[in-house]
Amino acid sequence: MHDLYLEIFNKLGIPTIFAEITWTVIPFIFVAILLILVVIFLVLMERKVLAWLTVRKGPNRVGPFGFFQTIADAIKLLCKEDIMSKDTNKILFTLAPMIVFAPIMVIYGLIPFTEKLVAINLAAGLFLVFALSSITTVGIVLAGWSSNNKYSLLGGMRSAAQAISYEIPLIIAVLSIAVLAGTLNLPDIVAAQAGGASDEIFLNWNIFSWNIIPAFIGFVVFFICSIAEVNRIPFDLPEAESELVSGYNTEYSGMKFALFFLAEYAAMFIMSVLIVTLFLGGYLSPFNDYLSITLFQNVIHNQTILDVFVHIEQGFWLVAKTYFVIFMIIWIRATLPRLRADQLMSFAWKFLLPLSLVNLTIVAVFKYIVTLAQT
Amino acid sequence: MPVKNYNKSELNKEMIINVGPQHPSTHGVLRLVMTLNGEVIKDTKPVIGYLHRGMEKLAESRNYFQYLPMVDRVDYLSSFFCSAAFCYAVESIAELKVPKRAEYIRLITMEFNRIASHLMWVASFLLDLGATTPMFYAFREREDIVKLFEDLTGQRMMYNFYTFGGVKKDLPEGWMTKALDLCKSMPKMFDEYEAIITKNPIFMERTKGVGVLSQEMAVDYAITGANIRASAIDFDLRKTNPYSVYNEIDFKTHLAQNGDSYDRYRVRIAEMRESVKIIEQALKQIPGGTPEKLKVKSVNCGCKNEDCEFCGFDAQLVGKKLNAAVFKPPAGEAVSMIEAPRGVITCYVLSDGTNKPVRVKWRTPSFSSVQVLPELIKGKNYSDLMPIFGSLDVVLPEVDR
Repeated sequence: MHDLYLEIFNKLGIPTIFAEITWTVIPFIFVAILLILVVIFLVLMERKVLAWLTVRKGPNRVGPFGFFQTIADAIKLLCKEDIMSKDTNKILFTLAPMIVFAPIMVIYGLIPFTEKLVAINLAAGLFLVFALSSITTVGIVLAGWSSNNKYSLLGGMRSAAQAISYEIPLIIAVLSIAVLAGTLNLPDIVAAQAGGASDEIFLNWNIFSWNIIPAFIGFVVFFICSIAEVNRIPFDLPEAESELVSGYNTEYSGMKFALFFLAEYAAMFIMSVLIVTLFLGGYLSPFNDYLSITLFQNVIHNQTILDVFVHIEQGFWLVAKTYFVIFMIIWIRATLPRLRADQLMSFAWKFLLPLSLVNLTIVAVFKYIVTLAQT
Repeated sequence: MPVKNYNKSELNKEMIINVGPQHPSTHGVLRLVMTLNGEVIKDTKPVIGYLHRGMEKLAESRNYFQYLPMVDRVDYLSSFFCSAAFCYAVESIAELKVPKRAEYIRLITMEFNRIASHLMWVASFLLDLGATTPMFYAFREREDIVKLFEDLTGQRMMYNFYTFGGVKKDLPEGWMTKALDLCKSMPKMFDEYEAIITKNPIFMERTKGVGVLSQEMAVDYAITGANIRASAIDFDLRKTNPYSVYNEIDFKTHLAQNGDSYDRYRVRIAEMRESVKIIEQALKQIPGGTPEKLKVKSVNCGCKNEDCEFCGFDAQLVGKKLNAAVFKPPAGEAVSMIEAPRGVITCYVLSDGTNKPVRVKWRTPSFSSVQVLPELIKGKNYSDLMPIFGSLDVVLPEVDR
């Protein structure tokens, strides 16, 4: 691909240096488009699922089945006046939504959506993902502080307290994945989950070698913590609509608010993708081989076309699993009330943290036995 | 205004936060001026009066029948109770007798209103705690009740249905069957809420042991209704001082022991279940039976006998037809007390023999509940404001009148 790209530039007579510079920009353009498409669909899905769970109809006016409701909302947000009250810290107030949004966008580039569709393939990708996702908290604290609103301030402070509590169990749960896969590279982590438990007919399905089986406790811890990471009910303390009006984004309007909104849903999607990548085999099919290979290998003999099919199928599996996880998150939102800040902290420190350590121990022993058995 | 010289340590410690009058969960327009230390509530000052409509003063310039529709607005969620309180007070001044059938209709509508009000409370309480689904469930059932009221009175909220000496209309045809069907389906709905709420660990953690209203405090602040019954004080006017026809109905009052938010929730759920039973009994016992039957029987009988089952006094709707323009109760005063969903609602009426009351005084239960709030939430986390304030079931129009 890279060579082809350079060749186009050569043929057009543009210096190669421009090609090299723009080459790095292309993934981000794709990532941005993907992110916005994902969020548009996700918001609609959340509203529809919530409506279904709460015996309502949900959006059904704009377009067929309300498909264009989110687009209408986006246009509304773009057209709104950008209000900034007199005593806000204007620089930080403007910067905060960007600090929340930008890291999440970078994470999109790190995720293996299919075997080859990884914008940035880093050796320490997993580490970078969590380093970046923690930055959003800084943005929220800044937003809360710079708004010059007491509710926002409380929301921002809660966000900081919350981040400290849940990030430690989260990282320890992730640590078990690093132990299992022996690498921090995300595509390798997915690849390590292929192969099944043994070579026998049914046990060789990929589903039996997913990380969720040895690290089930880790999966639960990670799932709970990732809900906290994206500030959703029952951990939506920084927003806490009924207590803090709207928490850290009370004073925001127009596009700045839209950025928070976008970031929240983009983060929800990316955390679900991470759950899938780390625990549920990422883009791998749950069966022993890709369906397109099983079905079409005798029909289509051209390897390139078959590869395209496999790629599409990998994307399908990832999206299907991700939306299953997202559905669970929405389901939880519809069921549970909100925790109190100190309850969240004691829950994270006294319950999740020991649990994640137990999980790490189990996984380490498991890995040791497996390695012994192999040698 | 003189600039206060803050010393630095004081400045860093406390923050005054203004909750309301426009805030998602102040149930209207309550304003709380709170002093927070971090997230710990140091002090709270409720500021009421944003919804003051001068209910009491307005009575003095209107005759009794003109004031009657306004009474419903004292508490928009339990209009029937306010209306009943005023009617009972005026009836006892004017010594009007109320036919039994009218009393039963009053009782049925009041109990339905109690369920609707409690459902609204469940909805807003859980919404305050951050759970959205129970609200939609509760509104689904409330809608059924409101539809019944609409059939009966033509209104969904401010019914203006009671009149001095009875009720304005008979039950419409088929209404009793609909009401019975609703009574059958409703316990299942309550089971549904209990499944999603009662045993929910987060809900229990948020509400158990939170906002404990001790018996002494409850009595000192004159808390009434479900709030005091949750503190194990058996005080229910329907039992202790049966107005209407509550003495003919077999029902229990539900108590809880701890007096915390969770108990207040449990008492209200139990009360809703009990109300369903009361309505079922009342629908069976109502003199004259269904309106269809009553119509036919009274025409066939036609005896005009006072004791007749179908055309006697007890099967009537209004004891004595009153002329709105010339209705002048004799000079005197009367107090009526009604066990409303939020507690005891008291109406005092003073008459000087003209067609306008000299003084009408409302004593509303939410007013006391707001008074006790600062003491309940002192030293608690700011997040506890919602489980405590929400559980007290305060309706602001009722506080301000």
